[in-house]
This record gives sequence, C-alpha cells and structure tokens, in this order.
Amino acid sequence: MARRRIKRARRGRYQIELPAEERAVLRQLVSELGMMLTGEEMLGADPGLRRLFPPAYTDEPEAEAEYRDLMHEDLVERRRAALKTVTDTLEAAEVDADQLSGWLSAINDLRLVIGTKLDVQEGDGVDIDPDDPDAATRAIYLYLSMLEEEVVEALAKG
Amino acid sequence: MPAAPTETAPVRIDEPTHDDVVTPDRPWKVIVWNDPINLMSYVTFVFQKLFGYSKNKATQLMLDVHYKGRAVVSHGPKEKAEMDVFRLHEHGLWATMEHDE
Repeated sequence: MARRRIKRARRGRYQIELPAEERAVLRQLVSELGMMLTGEEMLGADPGLRRLFPPAYTDEPEAEAEYRDLMHEDLVERRRAALKTVTDTLEAAEVDADQLSGWLSAINDLRLVIGTKLDVQEGDGVDIDPDDPDAATRAIYLYLSMLEEEVVEALAKG
Repeated sequence: MPAAPTETAPVRIDEPTHDDVVTPDRPWKVIVWNDPINLMSYVTFVFQKLFGYSKNKATQLMLDVHYKGRAVVSHGPKEKAEMDVFRLHEHGLWATMEHDE
C-alpha cells in the first residue's frame, strides 16, 4: 500500500509529505485554475468552469439572476482564496485545519474542472488506456482523487 | 405521488387557499443532486461540516444523493435556503432550491 501523503499530526496540525514532482504538478494546476478564475467571461464557454457555478434556481430566471448578482463574486473570491492557501503552503511540512480545508477546496475544484472536461462518468474505473489521448489528464484526475480521499480522511478525524 | 386535485368542493370558505399566492416566508427546500465527480466521502464530510449532521445522517443523505439521484438536505425561509445553496456551491456540490410542498 502506498505511503500516506496527508496525516493528522498533533494539536490540530496536519502533516503533508509530497514528493517534489507532485508539488510541482499541484503548483501548475492551481496556477492554471487561478488564471481561469480571473477571466471576465468565466461563465461563458468552458464547461469545466461552469461546473463550479451551478444555478441555484432552475425554474426562476429572475431569482437566479439575483442569486448570481449577490453571490457570484463571493464564490469566485473564496475559490481564489483556497487556491492561494495551497500556493502559500505548498512547501510546508505541516498545515493547520483551515489551511488543509483550503487544500480540500482547491483539490475538489480541480477535480470538478478536470473531471467535467474528461466527461467522467459514474463507475469509471481506475485503469487508464495508454493509447487514450487524455491518458495524462486522467492520471492527474485519479491522483487528485486519491489525494482528496486522504485529506477528507485526515480532516474527518478532527 | 399523485398531484393535488385542482377542483375541490367548497366545504369551507374561511380556510386560506395557498395555491396561487406566494407568501414571502413560504418555506424552501435545498436539494443536492448526484454528480459523477464528487467523492462519496467528500459529500458526507461536507454535509457534516455545513449542517452539523451526525456521521450517520450525513452518510444516509449522501447515499440518497448517490442512489436516488437527489436528496433534500435542508429547509427554511428563502434567505437561509439561499445561504445553504451558496455554501454547497462553495464546496462544489450541485445544489438547487425550490418551494417546499
């Protein structure tokens, strides 16, 4: 069994043991998502990005427009804050619960964007066809899923 | 579930009707929909964190989302429901709100 990367340490701290190449991948992914979230037309074409901002009201266009007016900027800001937390603590050996929650949020957002792009389906296995043109992206998606499971498990323990 | 009858005998006239009038504080329900990306462990964790539900209740709601396609996770006046939807959106869950029955 693979070594755990995220572990609960003492006094509400959490240990992060990531190889340098994994930190580099995360840095890159977080930076790309950060760029996407600064775009003016972010709710336009990209379905992965749209997945981060679902509608609150499906049958009431006026209420939905109001919800977006009120909430969208906040949602963007919170997502960007979580990305910044990861960037700021990427080289740290230990983080606190708030920081790890930022990691969780950022990792989940990355999975939503990448998984939507890959058109991930319920029940997709973990085997990757090496001839699949998306093989590298699928590997990243599965890596993020594994990492997220570890983060959730560590945080759920308190 | 059968639809409510559209015609009823005029049994009483002092009973307020509620079919056409939307009262401002008519309660809302917040629904989380299944999606193929969010992890089951993550969804359970978010329900516990946001609503203070027990592990058991959160797990049951997650299983409803997963197997039935959706689950009602909270009720309340519009402002509360909207804030719940906001926090669920913040956590990447597919949440919507609609009038309670």
